[in-house]
Amino acid sequence: MNALAMPSRRDLMVIASAAAGGGLLIGCSPKALLPDIMSLGADDHFGPFGPFLSIAPDGWVTVVSKHIELGQGNHAGLAAIVAEELDADWNKVKVVQAPANTKVYENLGMGAQGTGGSSAINNSWDQLRKVGAAGRAMFVTAAAGRWSVKPEEITVKDSIVSHPSGKQASFAELLADAVKVAPPASPTLKDPRTFTLIGTDRVRRKDAGLKATGTAQYTQDVHRPKMLTAMVAHSPRFGGKVKSFDDGAARKVPGVVDVFQIPTGVAVTAENTWAARQGRDALKVAWDDTKAETRSSETILAAYKDLASGRESPGNLRWQSFEAHGQAKPPAGGKVIEASYDFPYLAHAPMEPMNCVAEIGDGPPRITTGSQIPTMDQLNTAMIVGCLPGQVQIETLFAGGSFGRRATFKSDYVSECVHIAKHVGGGRPVKLVWAREDDMTGGYYRPLTHHAVRVTLGADGYPEHWRHRIVTQSIMKGSPMGGGKIDGTAVEGAMGSPYLDATPNVDGQLIQPDSPVTVLWWRSVGATHTAFAMEHTIDQLARAAGKDPADYRRALYQNAGADRHLAVLDMVLAKAGPAPTKGWARGLAIHESFGSVVGQMAEVKLEGGEPKVGRVVTAIDCGRAVSPDQIAAQMEGGTCYGLSAALYGAITLKDGIVEQKNFDAYRVLRIHEAPRVETYIIPSQAHPSGVGEPGTPVIAPAVANALLALTGKPTTRLPFVTT
Amino acid sequence: MPMTLNINGADVSVTAAPETPLLWVLRDELQLTGAKYGCGIAQCGACTVHLDGVAMRSCQAPIGTLAGVKITTIEGLKGLNPLQHAWVEADVPQCGYCQSGQIMSAAALLAKKPHPSDADIDAAMAGNICRCGCYQRIREAINIAAAMPPARRAAVA
Repeated sequence: MNALAMPSRRDLMVIASAAAGGGLLIGCSPKALLPDIMSLGADDHFGPFGPFLSIAPDGWVTVVSKHIELGQGNHAGLAAIVAEELDADWNKVKVVQAPANTKVYENLGMGAQGTGGSSAINNSWDQLRKVGAAGRAMFVTAAAGRWSVKPEEITVKDSIVSHPSGKQASFAELLADAVKVAPPASPTLKDPRTFTLIGTDRVRRKDAGLKATGTAQYTQDVHRPKMLTAMVAHSPRFGGKVKSFDDGAARKVPGVVDVFQIPTGVAVTAENTWAARQGRDALKVAWDDTKAETRSSETILAAYKDLASGRESPGNLRWQSFEAHGQAKPPAGGKVIEASYDFPYLAHAPMEPMNCVAEIGDGPPRITTGSQIPTMDQLNTAMIVGCLPGQVQIETLFAGGSFGRRATFKSDYVSECVHIAKHVGGGRPVKLVWAREDDMTGGYYRPLTHHAVRVTLGADGYPEHWRHRIVTQSIMKGSPMGGGKIDGTAVEGAMGSPYLDATPNVDGQLIQPDSPVTVLWWRSVGATHTAFAMEHTIDQLARAAGKDPADYRRALYQNAGADRHLAVLDMVLAKAGPAPTKGWARGLAIHESFGSVVGQMAEVKLEGGEPKVGRVVTAIDCGRAVSPDQIAAQMEGGTCYGLSAALYGAITLKDGIVEQKNFDAYRVLRIHEAPRVETYIIPSQAHPSGVGEPGTPVIAPAVANALLALTGKPTTRLPFVTT
Repeated sequence: MPMTLNINGADVSVTAAPETPLLWVLRDELQLTGAKYGCGIAQCGACTVHLDGVAMRSCQAPIGTLAGVKITTIEGLKGLNPLQHAWVEADVPQCGYCQSGQIMSAAALLAKKPHPSDADIDAAMAGNICRCGCYQRIREAINIAAAMPPARRAAVA
């Protein structure tokens, strides 16, 4: 098949800028054009129930998920939304992953097909309720016709359609008639009070069995006839380029097929992974570091601190205001509390290192990977291959974690695989495998960040003036999603904080130095540092004012009209119960992110100089709870992810070279260090909001606040443990 | 020169060089992909298999050292192991990538200690990283499997 339209590179640049202008991120508005352009060339033939639902002759219901399952459990919740309105038997519902098709499977909050921003349930809620309800209506119409009864007399439960006369038929029995019914455009939705599945503990993962038996398919597991495995030697410094390379030894490794240069380094293709690894490690590459980052992370941090303190002038950079009201200038007199916080680079380090399978030949390019933003992966592939983005076929598999890492604007590892597969040619499958060391040193980190806070308390002990400076590299700069007034990913959580709302005079400023180090969203993005800065500062202010931290928060929330924060605070305090025994201290933190408010009370003691976290009482307001068990799972997992980083996580550079190559040096949380997380969900009828990320940023300040109570000393840099 | 490995009760002939880690022979040559690559340096436990009943990291086991050793992978667990039932009951997995290794470590633990304490679980499972942080459910699932009445354990084994 060679019917590919071949747009010029210039045409593709037009599409790319349409993507940029269309706005590819939550909060950006005009986006009507992009999905149409991106879907040109895509297959859009779907069955009688549309692109999100199919029903097999045996009555099994298949829900098509437009969102990737990276562990966050969205497949269960998405399927439950359809099954609820369809009145399907939950035990005969399965989930499959949608192909790439931006127009059909667009994330309605993003303007692209993609998973991120804890938005899967939130953006799918109305859409999938209608899918389920339309399907139900088709069965009801079919049954009414077959039985010559009124449709409104018909009921449906567990995939069985019934009439008071005693007539009954299953979805399977009615299917032939139902598929002839045109799906209603505006089906009647259920009254949420009549839900029987949503909000119950019956909504459990559909993939637990596959994952408990080793049969779930990840990109790492893909085998295709004649497939080559590729590994790449990357520059040890960010921004470094290949100067020259000697592949003599690499080519002598049995199983190595070829060695060649690609834009991101030197690729080795081989008959299997072990040979690719041996070959790659045998390469001798000389690197051109002319444009590379050669500083150490301590040097970069020192520069950030000098900017924040005013010791260093911004030069070409400029301070941007992210929050300002009242007087910018601090008042004379009053009690002043100064706090500063240093946050290191963090690697996502998902269990499955980055990988991708690409087949590039005369036909449509085929990509198999855990594609988090298929629209970007299509666009970047099309730019390399020279075809329409919609012609790029993507099969999305389970991903062994991501935490944001698989969503890059340049589709970094996907693009790398496409370059290699294009060089190999002939449509021969190429599996690119990153070793753990490649993944750990490969960048796209949570940016190194510094906060400097100076608060003047009023006579009542509450903040009168709050100056807040944030120094952090921009995630958004130079991306199709950049270009806004301010990089929200750098300040979210400080910007819009109820504490700032309750403070009469606020001067919040952001400055964003550049570096060749690549940075990216890392589970909960800006909140990874802003939640810490805000929540740990509040406890220091409460101490200075001689007030209880919970009471201090309550007063500020009341002042700011932050009712959801108040409800979460009350729930945490009510569930925390009596104070723990001697040696343990409690720390409280509450933060809103991705539309949800999470509060935690962490019980902490010091054990051999390291914080040991025991019980963590968690309350979350995430709107209507679709899958309470998955919400609890995300609070448990999000807490571990946040705690792992808070206790141990740091990527450091020495003269520009990453010092942590693997889990021996990048310490992560293990089972004996994991807390016991209790999760309490605030009852709500509001539209569902985020769950995957909001559980992550709260634990670090909660632990810092417990340590403050225990030792009287604030925490000024993370991680807590540095050995 | 081909060598013979005993995997999941059957002798299989493999062609990889003797220094090749078992993990890559399982995954690439035999396409037994349950054991996962996570770190390659015995830090994460995703590649855990049983060598003569002991939980070991297959990324650090050159096949040349495995003649006559009984190798069991997640694919070789008999029927649905009680642990696998417990894993579903407690809804343990999130991304799932580490879970084969977790279950192989847990299975070796229960074979040795049918009723482990929390300290036993910590000691046996500390070598298995889960980045999704499913740890409290892993502990719960091991306790569920250990608490299964012998009749149910036999029934699901």
